[in-house]
Amino acid sequence: MADLRINLAGIQSPNPFWLASAPPTNSGYQVQRAFEAGWGGAVWKTLGEPILNVSSRFAAVSFNGQRVAGFNNIELITDRPLEVNLKEIAETKKKFPNHTIIASLMVEPKQEKWHEIVKKVEAIGVDGLELNFGCPHGMAERGMGSASGQVPELVEKQTYWVKEVAKTPVIVKLTPNITDITVTAEAATRGGADAISMINTINSLAGVDIDTWNTIPHVAGKGAHGGYCGPAVKPIALNMVGECARNPHINVPISGIGGISSWRDTVEFLLMGATGVQVCTAAMHHGFRIVEDMIEGLNNYLDDKGIASVMDIVGKSVPKYSDWGNLDLNYKIVARINNDICINCNKCHIACEDTSHQCIDMLKAANGESILQVREEDCVGCNLCSIVCPVDGAIDMVELPNELPPMTWNERQAALGTMACDADIIKR
Amino acid sequence: MSTVKQSRISYDHIATNFQEVHPGLSNREAIEEANRCLYCYDAPCITACPTGIDIPTFIKKIASGNVKGSATTIMTANPIGASCSRVCPTEELCEGACVLNHSTKPIMIGNLQRYATDWAMKNDQILFKAGKKNGTSVAIIGGGPAGLSAARELGILGYDVTIFEAAEHAGGLNTYGIVSFRLPKEVSFWEVKQVESVDVTIKTNTKVGVDISVREILDNYDIVILAIGMSSVPNLGIEGEDLQGVYDAIEFVKQTKTHPITDEFLGKKIVVIGAGNTAIDGATCSVRLGAENVKILYRRSLEEMTAYDFEYEFAKQDGVEFRWLTAPLRIIGDDHGNVRAIECIKMELTEAGEDGRRKPIPVKGSEFVLEVDAVIKAIGQSRYVSLIDEMNLEHDGGVVKINENTYQTSNKKVFACGDVIFGKGQGEAMVVSAAQQGKKTAYAIHQMFTKTANETA
Ligand SMILES: Cc1cc2nc3c(=O)[nH]c(=O)nc-3n(C[C@H](O)[C@H](O)[C@H](O)COP(=O)(O)OP(=O)(O)OC[C@H]3O[C@@H](n4cnc5c(N)ncnc54)[C@H](O)[C@@H]3O)c2cc1C
Ligand SMILES: Cc1cc2nc3c(=O)[nH]c(=O)nc-3n(C[C@H](O)[C@H](O)[C@H](O)COP(=O)(O)O)c2cc1C
Ligand code: SF4
Repeated sequence: MADLRINLAGIQSPNPFWLASAPPTNSGYQVQRAFEAGWGGAVWKTLGEPILNVSSRFAAVSFNGQRVAGFNNIELITDRPLEVNLKEIAETKKKFPNHTIIASLMVEPKQEKWHEIVKKVEAIGVDGLELNFGCPHGMAERGMGSASGQVPELVEKQTYWVKEVAKTPVIVKLTPNITDITVTAEAATRGGADAISMINTINSLAGVDIDTWNTIPHVAGKGAHGGYCGPAVKPIALNMVGECARNPHINVPISGIGGISSWRDTVEFLLMGATGVQVCTAAMHHGFRIVEDMIEGLNNYLDDKGIASVMDIVGKSVPKYSDWGNLDLNYKIVARINNDICINCNKCHIACEDTSHQCIDMLKAANGESILQVREEDCVGCNLCSIVCPVDGAIDMVELPNELPPMTWNERQAALGTMACDADIIKR
Repeated sequence: MSTVKQSRISYDHIATNFQEVHPGLSNREAIEEANRCLYCYDAPCITACPTGIDIPTFIKKIASGNVKGSATTIMTANPIGASCSRVCPTEELCEGACVLNHSTKPIMIGNLQRYATDWAMKNDQILFKAGKKNGTSVAIIGGGPAGLSAARELGILGYDVTIFEAAEHAGGLNTYGIVSFRLPKEVSFWEVKQVESVDVTIKTNTKVGVDISVREILDNYDIVILAIGMSSVPNLGIEGEDLQGVYDAIEFVKQTKTHPITDEFLGKKIVVIGAGNTAIDGATCSVRLGAENVKILYRRSLEEMTAYDFEYEFAKQDGVEFRWLTAPLRIIGDDHGNVRAIECIKMELTEAGEDGRRKPIPVKGSEFVLEVDAVIKAIGQSRYVSLIDEMNLEHDGGVVKINENTYQTSNKKVFACGDVIFGKGQGEAMVVSAAQQGKKTAYAIHQMFTKTANETA
């Protein structure tokens, strides 16, 4: 049994699985049920001035019959009075002293407002704070959430105000609705953040009803953009976590969020630099019970690899994540088709023929059977054929021996640069 | 006279006919099927499984790639879960309850269960650990599904468990009675190994009442569990039963699971008498041994047949012929004492009697003779009455009487579970019910001891 405990900026948790600030953490009843099911922590539904919500709030995107490939919402922060939330946080903490409770906060960008809420929340005993600079709708119109999360100066300043009074670790939750998340991440660390979490939801419109021409969802015939999350956003979130993890100016732990539904997704986020993860959509789709498999699967994974503690895998893939300019231009892979496994759907052929490099031939073998063959000299190793192939093991992408020494774009440019200089010198 | 279907059966390599019929799901099939599961909450499939396996959870774990966890979920609820994935009548149990029956088609729960347990088997997984010893000793008589299941739970709870098993290997009918092409004995052996891994001692080749006395067991153990199942197929009570070529179906199947496959039935004509699990296994076994024609004779009709629909289908696909409303009168031998023919009589059904079953009565003058080379008796199983009597337990024709909540027999220190308590007229006995009864017996014993411990404390 591996040690699943984590320590994120001094915040202890029995395991890396937290519920993200969202409907699953709306009340004490829910968070207590979640802890009973095995969740290690919960980031309470964002506290602030209670708001009014609209009815018809969520929509999901199905992909070819798979439900909830992506999830969209136009819900705002908590709609319950602060006092009620605080009372339930206190009760929950008392019942589950070893579980992690983080209070998510959002107030107007004013120093006294931040001081006031931080003091109130810390007075009842939480393990940390998460500043919600990410909500992309509703609150942004009031100058909060992603409206302040998109302005690095506001992120820094507000984090600083919180740190002026906070006694518990402060996590800054970042919005992905920005060109370069490392800029706001850096701003948060300058403001004194103890950790950062990402991502909040991505601006989205789930769909349009082609019969009524209404947006999905619509509120009495009108729609507004919402926030996108769920499995579809995982690659976006994973990149943002990786970019922050490998940035030398961002030296705080990361809580990974976005599309995490299983122990495998979790392992990926941890390897890419997250110290723990937060989950919302997967819990909303299936209930709190999914955490049992997450815990057991992670534990079995670590045991199989002989790794004693989950903290030992944090960031292990980060050194492998770099810039395009550092990739070896002389590395070569090609596709190879195993005709004994191939079921002859010809999808690889048409994908390559129409949209890549026209190097998969449809041939007849000596015995008259149809076979597919890659002309390796023309294959650029794009992976497309193996991606569209429906059968495991029918197409292998194989490494060819490197004929030339490794050479990256940056090395090449540097070499060309010196040559150019030499040429200049010769000219002179 | 029609011959059996050629396609599924090889006559050149009879032994290959005894390999498992279904190959099991490929990785891809398993992943696709697992992802089709809705992961219902409070799912009806769980309730429909007699052992209450948390089916959505084990399927979710296949989807997530946590196959070890999946196997653990299955085997925790059902210590015989690998065998059950192959022999349970799933369309009447879990799959029959799947909510997708109402919209698309049910999840292949049995096949997914097999996928996960096969993985654990192939990867030599040991899934459970013995509990801290609590000093109480339990003797279990019979190492079939019921005995093994009780032993596994008691081992985990810390009891000192010894199984006494008459046969060379444990596993009961799973090892010897259910045909290899449905249940290879290696699957049963793996389950036995899981039981041994929780510190259970299994004494094989030890028949209670012969190799060790009943008294010795009753005196030396704190608790005794009787899980001996049922005995051999009873006699038909007709002339010619001791001719060469008359077989007990269970013994017949056992031969194919313990000896090299024989070619002595190639091209032969065989009749099987009865229409339960055992008859189907006897008949399909005969087909696979290369018999030219196999008939099942049953004195009632299709409706009363106790074999499951999937078994009936399976037998039909194997080319087995069914002769309903036909009863044997006598078996006719040749000069060498070998079976030559069987004389039968047509039956008709009366109005339903008190037990709701219609009684078959002979139709006068409808006698006829079938030329056959062998007769397989499969009219149920008799009971180990003498052992039960020797143990001084109350019983009803060999069906041991128990308290339905505690599985306790008329002797407070003796419990009973599995086929040995399976009453008459309840359809067919199932492996999965035997497994569940074993579990419940273990819990009842544990409750009895924790209760007394609490009372004395
Ligand atoms: C041919 C056949 C096909 C079947 N097919 C199916 C099927 O497809 N699906 C299904 O669910 N069920 C099926 N069944 C029923 C199922 O096999 C039984 O219900 C189940 O095995 C009962 O388990 P048990 O542990 O009570 O008894 P058994 O499996 O009979 O085990 C009893 C054990 O006790 C041992 N024993 C007996 N006497 C003594 C003694 N004096 N001392 C020591 N050991 C002793 C025996 O050797 C045996 O190992 C089938 C049964 C038969 C006969
Ligand atoms: C309905 C809904 C409401 C949410 N409300 C909040 C919120 O109040 N505060 C917050 O910080 N994030 C909120 N989020 C964002 C989630 O915490 C999380 O960052 C996001 O859903 C990505 O994770 P997921 O892909 O696991 O869902 C909300 C998400 C959803 C779906
Ligand atoms: S889940 Fe359904 S029932 Fe529950 S609040 Fe939402 S719309 Fe209403």
